[in-house]
Amino acid sequence: MPRDAQALSVVHESLPHDSATLHVTGQATYVDDIPEPHGTLHIALGLAPRARGRIVALDLAAVRSAEGVVCVITGKDVPGKNDSSPHLGDEPMLATSEVAFHNQAVFAVVATTRKAARLAARLGRIEIEAETPCVSIADARAEGGRVLPDYAWENDHVAHALSEAQHRLVGEIEIGGQEHFYLEGQVAFALPGEGDEMFVHSSTQHPSEVQHIVARVLGVADHNVTIECRRMGGGFGGKESQASQFAAIAAVAAKLTKYPCKLRLDRDDDFVLTGKRHDFRSAYQVGFDEEGRIRALDLALDARCGYSADLTLGVVDRAMFHSDNAYFLPEAQISTRRLKTNTVSNTAYRGFGGPQGMLATECILDAIAHQLGRDPLDVRKANFYAPGRDRTPYGMPVADCDILLPLVERLETTSEYRARRAEIAAFNAGSPILKKGIALTPVKFGISFTLKHLNQAGALVHVYSDGSVSLNHGGTEMGQGLYVKVAQIVADVFGLPLAAVKITATNTSKVPNTGPTAASSGSDLNGMAAKIAAETIRERMAAEAARRFGCMPGDVVFEHGMVRGAGAEIAFGALAKACVLERISLSSTGFYSTPGITWDRMKRTGRPFFYFAYGAACSEVIIDTMTGEMKLLRADILHDCGQSLNPAIDIGQIEGGFVQGLGWLTTEELVFDAEGRLRTHAPSTYKIPVASDVPADLRTALWYEPNREAAIHHSKAVGEPPVMLAISVFSAVADAVHAIRPGLPVSLRAPATPEAILDACDAQKGLA
Amino acid sequence: MRRSLRFVFRGKVVELNSFDPNLTLLEWLREERRATGTKEGCNEGDCGACTVALARLRDGRLHLQPVNACILLLGQIDGAELITIEDLSEGGVLHPIQQAMIEHHGSQCGFCTPGIVMSLFVAYHEAERPLTRTAFDDVLSGNLCRCTGYRPIADAAMSAIRGAIDDAFAADSAARQFRLEALQEGSDILIGHEARFFASPATLESLLDIALRHPDATLLAGGTDVGLWVTKKLSDLNKIIWLGRVRGLGGIEETETALKIGAMVTHDAAMPALAALDPDLETLMRRFGSRQVRASGTVGGNLANGSPIGDLAPALIALGATIELRKGGLMRSMPLESFFLSYGKQAREAGEIVTGISIPKLKEGMAFRAFKISKRFDEDISAVMGAFRFTLDQGTIAEARLAYGGMAGVPARARATEAALAGVALDDPHAWTAALKHLEEDFSPISDMRASADYRRKVARAILGKALLEVAGGAASTRIIAREGVVHAS
Repeated sequence: MPRDAQALSVVHESLPHDSATLHVTGQATYVDDIPEPHGTLHIALGLAPRARGRIVALDLAAVRSAEGVVCVITGKDVPGKNDSSPHLGDEPMLATSEVAFHNQAVFAVVATTRKAARLAARLGRIEIEAETPCVSIADARAEGGRVLPDYAWENDHVAHALSEAQHRLVGEIEIGGQEHFYLEGQVAFALPGEGDEMFVHSSTQHPSEVQHIVARVLGVADHNVTIECRRMGGGFGGKESQASQFAAIAAVAAKLTKYPCKLRLDRDDDFVLTGKRHDFRSAYQVGFDEEGRIRALDLALDARCGYSADLTLGVVDRAMFHSDNAYFLPEAQISTRRLKTNTVSNTAYRGFGGPQGMLATECILDAIAHQLGRDPLDVRKANFYAPGRDRTPYGMPVADCDILLPLVERLETTSEYRARRAEIAAFNAGSPILKKGIALTPVKFGISFTLKHLNQAGALVHVYSDGSVSLNHGGTEMGQGLYVKVAQIVADVFGLPLAAVKITATNTSKVPNTGPTAASSGSDLNGMAAKIAAETIRERMAAEAARRFGCMPGDVVFEHGMVRGAGAEIAFGALAKACVLERISLSSTGFYSTPGITWDRMKRTGRPFFYFAYGAACSEVIIDTMTGEMKLLRADILHDCGQSLNPAIDIGQIEGGFVQGLGWLTTEELVFDAEGRLRTHAPSTYKIPVASDVPADLRTALWYEPNREAAIHHSKAVGEPPVMLAISVFSAVADAVHAIRPGLPVSLRAPATPEAILDACDAQKGLA
Repeated sequence: MRRSLRFVFRGKVVELNSFDPNLTLLEWLREERRATGTKEGCNEGDCGACTVALARLRDGRLHLQPVNACILLLGQIDGAELITIEDLSEGGVLHPIQQAMIEHHGSQCGFCTPGIVMSLFVAYHEAERPLTRTAFDDVLSGNLCRCTGYRPIADAAMSAIRGAIDDAFAADSAARQFRLEALQEGSDILIGHEARFFASPATLESLLDIALRHPDATLLAGGTDVGLWVTKKLSDLNKIIWLGRVRGLGGIEETETALKIGAMVTHDAAMPALAALDPDLETLMRRFGSRQVRASGTVGGNLANGSPIGDLAPALIALGATIELRKGGLMRSMPLESFFLSYGKQAREAGEIVTGISIPKLKEGMAFRAFKISKRFDEDISAVMGAFRFTLDQGTIAEARLAYGGMAGVPARARATEAALAGVALDDPHAWTAALKHLEEDFSPISDMRASADYRRKVARAILGKALLEVAGGAASTRIIAREGVVHAS
């Protein structure tokens, strides 16, 4: 692994996850593992039996009289406001008059055991004057409901440019949603305190928002509510806004009963109650030249948003921001509709709309290549952003677009793309039933929240008198290795080994007003805030050391647990002790806000992103044209993490993201029936990748070049971009289908299940 | 009659005189013992976060199995040693598997990790060395990880599972075996009372007797289905009769012409004998559920519960198997296809026990093929499962037995198509194609979350077509993974 020669030993090193030993021994504590105080009560939810309609009767007598039941809570019992939405007031904590999706929570049962609560919750009689639900995108297009206004980047030149283009294609791409399937389901444990105080252990990516919402439902000021999260058993966006409702219900139950109350969803309830990745229908008209260069693109994105807005604004905007992916679109018009349906409210999911925006464009490029009979990689390269062709549809130039081509060409070489394409052509020529396909696709992903105010973070660092360090920041740990990365940064500031830094649970009473740990920004934001806090303390310590050594503070060096200057040295711990005796504060907050972010959504001007992260993947698949079965045979990945803070952690994010994207685009299919009932609500019916879905031949490498922007230690964010590397698999499947009848653009929907692949094969054969 | 449950846990014999018959092993661990290292991910035996190991005596030695604690009823661990994640680093020394998982960065969020470590721990003791990637995929077929993408876990497993077994469990195996041997005895167990009990008869006579006296009792085999009645339907089962200790139901007998598999033979244990009949049966068993499900689930339980898509039934029907039943002193048997009456309804009377299945071996001139089509290769329920036995006579099909799962409310034969294929020449693809059209008469499949009716129809025809192509000896590759490749590739 290349190393930054300037760095001290702790950053840029492949150190294990801080909790690795706790994980493998079963000692890592998740919310449900916290010892329960005597008298702890358990909550289960009563769910609406219909997807849409007015609640005309709610008979809970049998629930109340069931064994073990302590109380039953409806929306009317909420002491504050019955609203668990992030902003808009469109999500009741418990539905009171209208139900808007099947299995919406209507009441909560509090009982002495979890089983008693679950049993009692099924005894409620919820009578609904049902209406025909609006379920699919087709339904929503017909009905016309929106959760938010339409939004478009209009372009008056597009129609003309389309008409002038040598070639044109028109089509629509169907893109499915995705369930997060974090292994630890939603859970909250609320402990009532004195007066108005409430302490909630919540498995959340956004403790501050949970705090606001708990305070809102309790009708108390924020300062009464403390939210803590040591770790989540996975988040992936599914605990950015979705944890709030369950924390709020637990807090209301604790408030009303005065006992600790825990709400842990059963997996099936988690599936039906929590939002998912938005599914899209993306219609396009594209005009291009003989080389396959796009001259104009008119793209219309329809997103199924569910019954409320939730985070849809940002999600669909990000789909727009990534509709260009790595390609210069001289004239582009991108319009979006945020469709309202009677389904659970879709939400953040790793990539936050980016994957859907990008997939549409990659499908368009494949279609162009197929139409022209050119290699799709050549068409992609011909369309790359390049100096002079570097302006995005939203006006921000891609200043570092010169990374794209060398990165892709290196992968083209190391993956032996050209030779393998020739081998595959030979294989296909002799194989009527099985066909192979290969694709190399790029990723360019914008880093920053597109909502400006979220690009801030705080940290709190203490040095104790024995020289041990306590670290806290607003970021949450969901497995991505944020805690260890930030600890590496802080240890580096003090010249200490990693073990000297104690990482403490994220807690709203330590660092307030934080944004969610999302948008891949965790290390960028919190790492910088923690660095600033640690440097503040180091400066004070350096001043004291300089006084003792008789040198300038700037000449004091912190390394290997020692503090040195003017030929003298003192152990870090001894200096800490000396500082305490000299009445020098060894505690500091740190605050960081990303510089230069200036997006104006209404005017469509400014710079929404601090920088871009790049990557590329080359995937080879084989399909069975009689059954639609598919196997990924090999994948090569080259991904840009800048100067990685921790290469092992980053490779974990890259491969994990790739496999999650693989699931989204292949086996993971959400099926709602016409009544709006989710039919795939457990792992028995919803299939995320298992070990055998991942090729034994998976080659991952880092593009190790410093971030040109002043991001933390010149690293780059890595959480989300790798998901989109899996588009190479989808494109490889299309390539294999294309081999059935070259020259005809492939019609493949996502996810490419065996059935979807067979349909595409049949269409290619002219059978459908 | 024993009135208590006995098993080994944390090095000591645990004896329980009363417990709720519906209590799952996971509930007991997490709620009663506060052993929270074992996690609940799905509560239906699909994600493996709750994987623990059970050591049992088999053929005179300790044998480890991974099981899903979430759907295993506590009573089912009688006579076993229960090993959980907390046992692995007793005394603060990490197990080689744990060490390798750390070194290879095999955990991210960590929630699936205890279950994965337990699956790998079992493989550390039981798997062939060195562990291949193909074998690893099978070892981990019942463990979902949403973070890592599995590559680092594969690296950890393959680096740790090579060379000699060297851990505290191996060092202590004689004492552990001795402790378990002391627990084995042949008496019936009944915990509870006449109206609510967990019973574990030790002999067939006791089983038949208690089943007759309590025709309303739930018969529990491996629990991979019944467990979900408890955890998902929230059924409160008053009377449970567990068949796991009944002597005489767990054997496999092989004669010149047939294979007889006892009802309580687990899928794991049945796999080698079935594999010897045909490579496609080995593949089918390899893809059946997961390691955890195959370690618990039984052949008899799978058939008795009558899943319309259970992969075993179509294969056995195509082979011409007969199912054997007993009620009190009455024994009867019937062709397996006659056992499945309609969706969820089998020809088993209250108090009647499935005792075994008899499978005729393939004769000279017979060819067998089976195809399982599902969204995911591993641990998935078939959209369509087809199994075919062709009796060939000088290049023509003398007889075809064609059985399908997922095409109707029950596993069923395609009789019209069978008739149409009889007498067809193998070198006459036009004649097959015409015969395949009769599948339309045989089945009217439904659309559901696994596949549309249209897809099922197309695939039912495609896999039979493939089987014929293969049997006819066509040159084209017909499978993504070769017939023997699922289990034996490295």
